[in-house]
Amino acid sequence: MKSRRPMTDQPPLLHASGISKFFPGAVALDEVELKLYPGEVHALLGENGAGKSTLIKCLTGAYRRDGGVIRLAGAEVDPKSTADAQDLGIGTVYQEVNLLPNLTVAENLFMGRQPTRFGLVNRRAMNRAAAEVLEGYGLQIDPGEPLTRYSVAVQQVIAIARAVAMSGKVLILDEPTASLDRDEVELLFGVIRQLKERGLAIVFITHFLDQVFEISDRATVLRNGRVVGERLLAEVSQHDIITLMLGRQLEARVSEKKGGTPGELLLQVNDLAKRGMIEPFSLDLHRGEVVGLAGLLGSGRTESASLLFGAVQADQGKLLLEGRETRITNPREAIAHRFALCPEDRKTDGIVGDLSVRDNIILALQARQGWMRPIPRAKVNEIAEHYVKALDIRLASLDMPIRLLSGGNQQKALLARWLATEPEFLILDEPTRGIDVGAHAEIIALIETLRENGMALLVASSELEELVAYSTRVVVLRDRRQVKELSGDEITADNIVAAIADEERGAA
Amino acid sequence: MSATTPSLLKRITPQLIILAVVLGLNVLVFPDFFDVSFRNGRIFGNLVDVFNRGAPVALLCIGMTLVIATKGIDLSVGAVMAIAGATAASLVTEGHGWGTALIGALATGLLCGLWNGVLVAVLRIQPIVATLVLMVAGRGIAQLITEGTILTFNNEGLIRLGAGTVLGIPTPIVIWLALGTLATLAVRRTALGMLIEAIGVNEASSRLAGINSRVLLICVYLASGLCAALAGVIVAADIKGADANNAGLWLELDAILAVVIGGNSLLGGRFSIVASLIGALIIQSVNSVILLSGMPPEFNLVIKALLILAILVIQSPKIGHLIYMLRASGPESLPERPKPAPSKAPGDSTS
Repeated sequence: MKSRRPMTDQPPLLHASGISKFFPGAVALDEVELKLYPGEVHALLGENGAGKSTLIKCLTGAYRRDGGVIRLAGAEVDPKSTADAQDLGIGTVYQEVNLLPNLTVAENLFMGRQPTRFGLVNRRAMNRAAAEVLEGYGLQIDPGEPLTRYSVAVQQVIAIARAVAMSGKVLILDEPTASLDRDEVELLFGVIRQLKERGLAIVFITHFLDQVFEISDRATVLRNGRVVGERLLAEVSQHDIITLMLGRQLEARVSEKKGGTPGELLLQVNDLAKRGMIEPFSLDLHRGEVVGLAGLLGSGRTESASLLFGAVQADQGKLLLEGRETRITNPREAIAHRFALCPEDRKTDGIVGDLSVRDNIILALQARQGWMRPIPRAKVNEIAEHYVKALDIRLASLDMPIRLLSGGNQQKALLARWLATEPEFLILDEPTRGIDVGAHAEIIALIETLRENGMALLVASSELEELVAYSTRVVVLRDRRQVKELSGDEITADNIVAAIADEERGAA
Repeated sequence: MSATTPSLLKRITPQLIILAVVLGLNVLVFPDFFDVSFRNGRIFGNLVDVFNRGAPVALLCIGMTLVIATKGIDLSVGAVMAIAGATAASLVTEGHGWGTALIGALATGLLCGLWNGVLVAVLRIQPIVATLVLMVAGRGIAQLITEGTILTFNNEGLIRLGAGTVLGIPTPIVIWLALGTLATLAVRRTALGMLIEAIGVNEASSRLAGINSRVLLICVYLASGLCAALAGVIVAADIKGADANNAGLWLELDAILAVVIGGNSLLGGRFSIVASLIGALIIQSVNSVILLSGMPPEFNLVIKALLILAILVIQSPKIGHLIYMLRASGPESLPERPKPAPSKAPGDSTS
């Protein structure tokens, strides 16, 4: 972390400004600016869905951006494909190594530009050149061997070598360390430092904040498709970065504390756990209470929710429902006990895309009634229309396939599906992800109403301001472990961030 | 759910048009095609033959529609026909009554369906592979039952299932019409249809919504096995014998084709049994054109392929879109085919 020389006096090597990207019903990127300086490692940070991937895809031509300008070394460029971007000098290395495992190291390095003699590939020259290149990265391996002979870290370096050789100006590393162990990370960081010396501008995407501080000079933090800050890492702490990532302009809003006291105890969770998914987890939940689940990505929020709903089976621990021990081994049993779960991934776990909005709304209720007792058409329409009105779902007709709705309206339709089952315990996993601002506010208001009507809610969210606004208690998770429970006045964004960050340092 | 009559009619209009066209071709090559006569207490005629000869594929496509709606496929139905035919034949040759033979054959079909269902729903083997097992092994099992011979029989009751009549109508026609009606009512008057469609579109979501997808999946393969067994009995009764090698040979492909011509997606989801049944009739009508035209038999398969190709091209989304564009007069109705959604959801994770 020494010898960090901010190079702001230089012009940026790559300057993307005003980058926007729209998806149906959602703004994925909103006027995003990214400045990459030569000889700097630039960390791109943000929670899942913040827009990191989308931004990278716009820069490398994998997506067509809907607005904005990309300047490379001062000249405006417009990459139309990843190959195009490569020719311009922007190379990308993905988490899943994008090489051909059945070919040799040298072939992978020189694929598409093999040295030839008399029109034939000159293998010997190629192997020699490959060995030279790799030596430059501190790798002394036989380039004639198949790629799969070597570890993921070595493959990662080979991928980087290939990207640098092909592009040579900007190198984008998308979660390169996700599947590496500590020593391998060191090897990779050595290579990155070396490339930094050579004046490349490097983008580093990762969820590991320790690594960010170890290798990066500068960070841009995205949230909900917007840049929330660009910082020189020498000047900030992990705490500051987490705060930026999770967001908080909320001190003012905390004041209006939730009215009413929680009702009777509904659910007691005692040391529920699943090996490899979530460490023992305990929680008491009362009627008329919203418990928030906070934590960074991969901290175990979704896993806890799935476990409670029986989507995955716990291998230890107990669940007491109104004092009686209850075993829940699948979602059907959970639903029979009046549980409901709005999952995190709306598209793969939530909507049934080709079916009509009406069918989607009635699905869980009908499934609970069983196929023998179809809900009469008139009743179905009554329920669907009621929720369309109550939740203000915007649609052309109840008969349209749900996949044609916007993200926010899909989410509301899914909420309708579960509210129609009149649950006593509602689990919401990232209820406001990827939906527009209007729907966002409505869903938060709905959570408040449901709580006042005596429902018990468990809400997992990466939006701190949200959690603070509606939670009566907040459970903080870190590394698949419950690390802190906050209640009453303790629930502030600062405290949540502190709970997450403390552990962050401890784990380093 | 397209339970109401107008929407059902709208759904099957393309199939009805194609059927009309192919029947028209029949009249072209054989002007007396629509003549129906009543002799010896039975109706006769080429049109009646289409319905009668089409019975096996019609029966198969009822079960196949349900399987395909769940994003599955059942390649074993032809072999199951052979097994069921062999079972029925061996039971009557052993001196059992036709009722016992029928029940035995149907039970065998259900057993085959259970086998497929368990492979797909419990062991999670891909349907095409899972049912391939029985497709190959099934004929062997049938041969074991017939002990390698063509098992002929003379049981009047059993023969009547294939060659008899009910109120003057050939029994196979009555059977497939009845089963088709029954199946349609079973899926549309209950919630079964919607639940099956939900599984086909998105099984993960369906399970989280509380649908018992495992049981439902097994059920559709059971239904398919049952339909196949019934078809097998009819075919055996028709030729008064069980031919383990040839009974139902390649009929699984005709059944799949009938489902596709019926406008059902092989990717699962929305389905219509009625449309599949019309698809089966279309295939049989195509067979009829070729027969009636008196073309040398060596042309049969090629011509059938060309006709089927033409039908599929007309039904293809591209052509459908073209027709839609030509007809599009205003934006008052939503397009059937939405713009292709971006392959990735907004802000897909980097992890």
